[in-house]
Order: sequence, then structure tokens, then C-alpha cells
Amino acid sequence: MSGAGAREAVFPTRMNLNIMQGRLKAATTGHSLLSRKRDALTTRFRGILRKVDEAKRKMGRVMQLASFSLAEVTYAAGGDIAYLVQEQAKTATFKVKAKQENVSGVMLPAFDAVREGSTDFNLTGLGRGGQQIQKAREVYAKALETLVELASLQTAFTILDEVIRTTNRRVNAIEHVIMPKLDNTIKYILSELDEMDREEFFRLKKVQGKKKRDAEAAELVKQQLAAERADIPEEDTETEEEHALDLLAEKDADVIF
Amino acid sequence: MTSTSNYADRILIAVIGDEDSITGLLLAGIGHINSHQKKNFLVVDSKTQTSTIEAAFNEFTERKDIAILLINQHIAERIRLTVEKYQDAFPTVLEIPSKDHPYDPSKDSILKRVQRMYGD
Repeated sequence: MSGAGAREAVFPTRMNLNIMQGRLKAATTGHSLLSRKRDALTTRFRGILRKVDEAKRKMGRVMQLASFSLAEVTYAAGGDIAYLVQEQAKTATFKVKAKQENVSGVMLPAFDAVREGSTDFNLTGLGRGGQQIQKAREVYAKALETLVELASLQTAFTILDEVIRTTNRRVNAIEHVIMPKLDNTIKYILSELDEMDREEFFRLKKVQGKKKRDAEAAELVKQQLAAERADIPEEDTETEEEHALDLLAEKDADVIF
Repeated sequence: MTSTSNYADRILIAVIGDEDSITGLLLAGIGHINSHQKKNFLVVDSKTQTSTIEAAFNEFTERKDIAILLINQHIAERIRLTVEKYQDAFPTVLEIPSKDHPYDPSKDSILKRVQRMYGD
């Protein structure tokens, strides 16, 4: 019934009823659109989940390979090159470039690895182990490419996760809060309007009844006056009663019970 | 919503890792020292304070030119709370294995979320 559940604070008028019905329609459309969006995103999300899982495992292997090649370098170069490398690093030659992809209105970033030709380490390993260092560089660059790929998957994962959450929240809000509220409001307005209709009908009936009573009284007075003027005192009470009976018995065509 | 603006400016890869990981990744050419003499990598050994790691993590995640932050898993383990709390899309935090610590998928923040999602 109208009393149960939350509803909008509006006056129960026909205009508001129209507005509420319009809003309910809009909410229904919005709900179906949003749930379609959610489905599309979820499909995408499942795919990414699987890929993230795969890539993470692949990364484990790739990094192991890379560490191994670095161990070779340490052996060949005969000593630690870590310090040297750290001191020589000046400008990045391995960079990433972000581009965007659109999935049902959500911008998903994707990184691309970009390598520039020259490096800071041309002289590293000049004495010993130059070959191994070159090789390690290649291996690490390959590993980095895997990492970059994984990073873009992971970014997509994070963003999609958030967007799906928001969309879910909206879908649920429309389904469980907004639509019931509008439903309740519409029911409330309808019941109030019905109630008002009945009241109005009753009032009209009352007015009509009063008018009729007044008319009867006027009629009676007129008849009494006429009777007095006719000057027949004996039958006076009888006629009066007769008239009263007649009036009760007769039916009005426009009164509907 | 996550802001995806200025994503195009993010071109660097930052690393927090042990000496070997850093050396290898620097060899590949990710090392960068900007005009303020700030490095984009931090070498962590057993003597490094946890607060230093945390500070570096926060610095790297707040910098606008970093797209990906690589961090060794055993180091991420030391600042796990900070890593878990970090939810932004940019820069992406990626946990990588190191030579002495093989990769454990069950500890990864992201994979934990993946697992949770498969769970429910």
C-alpha cells in the first residue's frame, strides 16, 4: 500500500503522477542499459583476469632466465658491475608509451615498450665480459617487454575492477532503491487521487441532498400557505402527511445509489 | 573514477629492488636521472630501512613521469600494507621475482584480488 516503503516527498497530483511515471520509465531504460554495460565489461574482465594470471606465471620464468644471464655476466666480468652500472645510468633508453583503448565507454590504457638505440653502457665490460653483458642486456630487455605487457594488463584490470564496481553499485541502486521508491510514489499518488475522487463524490452527494431537502421544505411551506389560504382546517394534517409520504416515495432520476 | 589524464607523460619505469635486479634492469636501459638529480631506482639490501623503502615507494607512486613501478616481491612483502593500500591505476605497481626469492603468486596483491574475484 501507499503507506509502506519510502517514497518521494511530492503532492499527490496528476502532474506529479505523470512526472513520476516518466521517471520510472527513464529508470527502467537506464537500468537495462547499465546492466548491459556491466555484462560487456565483465566479459572483458574475465578475459583479462585469465591473461593476468598467465602473464604473471610467465614473468616468473622470464625473470629467472634474466637473473641467470646476469650471473653469467658477473662471472665473465670477474667482479661486480652493479656499482658501475648504477653510476652510469643517466637517461632512460627503455621507455614506455601509453595508448588507450575504449571498452564500452571505459578508457583502458595499454603500454608499449619503446627502445632507443644508444645506451649509457657502451663502455661497460670493455675489459672483460662484453659479450655476456650484451647478451644480458638483450635478455633483460625481453623480460622488460613481458613486464610492460603485464603492467598494461594489470592497469586494465585495476581500472575495469573499479568501473565494474561503480556500475554494479548503480545497477543495484536503481533496482533496489530508485525503482521501488518511484513505484511506491506512483501507488501513493494513485491511491490519494482515488481517495480524493471518492471524497469529491461524497461531497457532491451531500450538496445535492441538502439542496433537495431545502427544496422540499420550501415546497411544504408553499403548500401550507396554499392550504391556509384555501381555509380547510380539518384535512390539514392528513394532506401534510400524504405529501410527506409522496415525497419519500418518489424517485429522482439523477440520483445514483 | 581513476583519472587517466596525463597518462601520455608517463614514460619511465621505476624500480625498487635488490642489487642484481636493479643491475639487470639498468643494463636494459631503464635508468633515468632527472634534472633534480632524482633517480628512478632504489637499491635495497638487508641494511636498508623499511621507512626508506616506504618513502621511495611513495615518491615513485606520486611522480608524474612514471608509468610502471617494479618492486621485488620480497621487498614488497616488507611494506605490504602500503602496497595493499595503493589502488591507483597509474603508475602500475608490479611485483617481480628476484634471484634469491622465487615468485610466489599467493603473496601478490593483484593476484590476491584475482583469487578473491574467482572465489565469489
